[in-house]
Amino acid sequence: MIDRTPETLRIVNLHVSVAGKEILRGVSLEIRRGEIHALMGPNGSGKTTLGLAVMGHPGYEATAGQVLLDDVNLLELEPHERARAGVFMAFQRPVTIPGVKMADFLRHAVSNVRNPNRKEGEELLPMREFRKELTEQMKALRIDAEFARRYVNDGFSGGEMKRAEILQLAMLRPRFAILDETDSGLDVDAVRLASQSIAQIGGHEMGILIITHHEQLLEHNQPHFTHVMLGGRIVETGGPELARELHKRGYDRLRADYPDAAAVEREMMAVGPKPAVG
Amino acid sequence: MSVSVADGFCAESFERFLLARDEPGWQRDARREAWSLFESLPMPDRSQEEWARTEVRGFRWEQFTALPGFGRSENTTAANRPQPPADSLGRGLLGDGVELSGRMASLDGATLECVGSGALAERGIAFGPLDELLNQRPGLFRPHLFGPTFDPRADKFSAYHAACWHGGGALYVPPYASAGTVHLLTRLSPGGVDLTHQLIVLGEGAEATVLVETAGPDDGAAALHCGAVEMVVGRGAKLTYVNLQNWGSGVWHFAQQKARVAREGSIQWTVGALGARLAHVSQHVVLAEPDAAAQVNGVMFTEGRQQLSYLTLQHHQAPGGRSDLLYKGALQDRSRIVWRGMIRVDLDAQKTDGYQRNDNLILSNDARADSIPGLEILADDVKCTHGATAGRVEDEMIFYLGTRGLTRKEAARMVVAGFFQQVFDRITIESVRHALAEAIGRRVREYR
Repeated sequence: MIDRTPETLRIVNLHVSVAGKEILRGVSLEIRRGEIHALMGPNGSGKTTLGLAVMGHPGYEATAGQVLLDDVNLLELEPHERARAGVFMAFQRPVTIPGVKMADFLRHAVSNVRNPNRKEGEELLPMREFRKELTEQMKALRIDAEFARRYVNDGFSGGEMKRAEILQLAMLRPRFAILDETDSGLDVDAVRLASQSIAQIGGHEMGILIITHHEQLLEHNQPHFTHVMLGGRIVETGGPELARELHKRGYDRLRADYPDAAAVEREMMAVGPKPAVG
Repeated sequence: MSVSVADGFCAESFERFLLARDEPGWQRDARREAWSLFESLPMPDRSQEEWARTEVRGFRWEQFTALPGFGRSENTTAANRPQPPADSLGRGLLGDGVELSGRMASLDGATLECVGSGALAERGIAFGPLDELLNQRPGLFRPHLFGPTFDPRADKFSAYHAACWHGGGALYVPPYASAGTVHLLTRLSPGGVDLTHQLIVLGEGAEATVLVETAGPDDGAAALHCGAVEMVVGRGAKLTYVNLQNWGSGVWHFAQQKARVAREGSIQWTVGALGARLAHVSQHVVLAEPDAAAQVNGVMFTEGRQQLSYLTLQHHQAPGGRSDLLYKGALQDRSRIVWRGMIRVDLDAQKTDGYQRNDNLILSNDARADSIPGLEILADDVKCTHGATAGRVEDEMIFYLGTRGLTRKEAARMVVAGFFQQVFDRITIESVRHALAEAIGRRVREYR
């Protein structure tokens, strides 16, 4: 297990297949702690796949390449070990876990992530301390206190799910976070609050990869780098101005500039809808 | 009967048993009648609907001996055998942190301990071993013993119980009295036999909470429980009954558990079914008079090669009754759960509100759950619904919890706990929720 604070998350020539079909075709990306990266690209280009592969989803098989947290290859670790090493993903559509209260779930999560060597059955974070912190974080995110007693994502609205994911980000304080469309399903005010919250939580401590179609989430999180995915590859990397351009003009210029990737995109689209994701 | 080798299961030893019991004529006659029924009935087999999914071929009567009073020398009776350490008796799991007005503990059907009877008796409440109370207070108990809800003809095991039962707890609560909470602990030793009969009678407007748990023997040793529970809930009376079946993994468990609820009376009945090699339990609640109510909660967890069959009946005999049954089971390894539920509504039982539901969570490829809900409705103005589901722990849940730092095992444990939460939410006694959750948590292994 990693005991010191990791400084970089490096994805090197990553190939990922789902049900035998190659989705990522050699993705490379380096994020340092304190940096914000925006990941853009049309639907089906592989953005969510990248996140799920980094987290270790069992349906997403890395057939080549590496995901390195400093010098540790995450691909050799179980999902819980990756989480404890300091990597987090806010999911687009998190699963419902009936009967498990948010507070109970979060207390287990926080206890494990803050104490990576914790064995099952060992002490959880003391209740008082945990309660106090949870209440503060929920207040900051303007989440109703009753939320803690609800079952994980059970009957949550789209917006509530996203806020629950941000609450987890705040409580777990990972070193590197992938935020997968954490703005979708939120109204304008909610996106602004989410954007501010992420900036506060992230500070200069966290490396963040933001997957988004919208400019607003980036309002308080100006990206140092913008990457564009097309057909399972990152075809272009730029600064904040690239994100602005794509928001204004869409992806047609990229399809024209990168005809090979555009051909892969067409081929992947023709095969049918992408597999269900966590 | 074809098998007569074993002490306790042949006519000769039965006669010796009767002699040793020295009971009044009516009781002896009833036992003799049941004995001839036992001799005439065949072993249940899979051609019978109620036994269709239960495999009893491995059961051997001759495996069990040393029934107290069956002509064996005295030093082999339960009371003289080495006893379990004192801390394994007493309050058990359910009595923890609960103020008890009385408690009883037995080993292989012999009462080892009975506490609180004196103080309860001062309030007119009779509590103690059924054999004794039947002698001392026949007026309170005799009218209800083997009442209309118990059927000795149901199968060979029921007939055997009716013929040979001994030991077990009895509680009588007079009208408008409250017995508080009593605890009954029933243990089996290796090779032991428990034929206990429980009889609980609540007078009009009376209240009681009865916590029952069964345990032992350890290390998978074989033992037999062939028992019965009868509950008579008077008008407006309120009974909370909990049965934590936590037998060792070598126990054969055959039982009829029956309740009859009178006008405006109510029962909350919780079954925790965790132990036994094989269980075949008929659990009936009869809403015999208008506006009676029953809530039945079942929590089952099986592992290894356990086979548990629960046959539940909600029988509405009178108008305005409410019954609400929720059974939840989780299965691991090669274990098997059968739940067969029936809501029966008689012609007169208009305005019945009946509900039954069984959800199972299957934790391994080799486990199997059968849910067979059924409705038999003769009245035409009723609301009766039923449902059953069987599902698995989804990989997506394990993955999601994994990304939050939980190991597969911890994640599976959390998902299983969540699965049972809906039924835990209905159980009003903290110690019961706690004991069930702990016991289940301990059993969940790494999920693959």
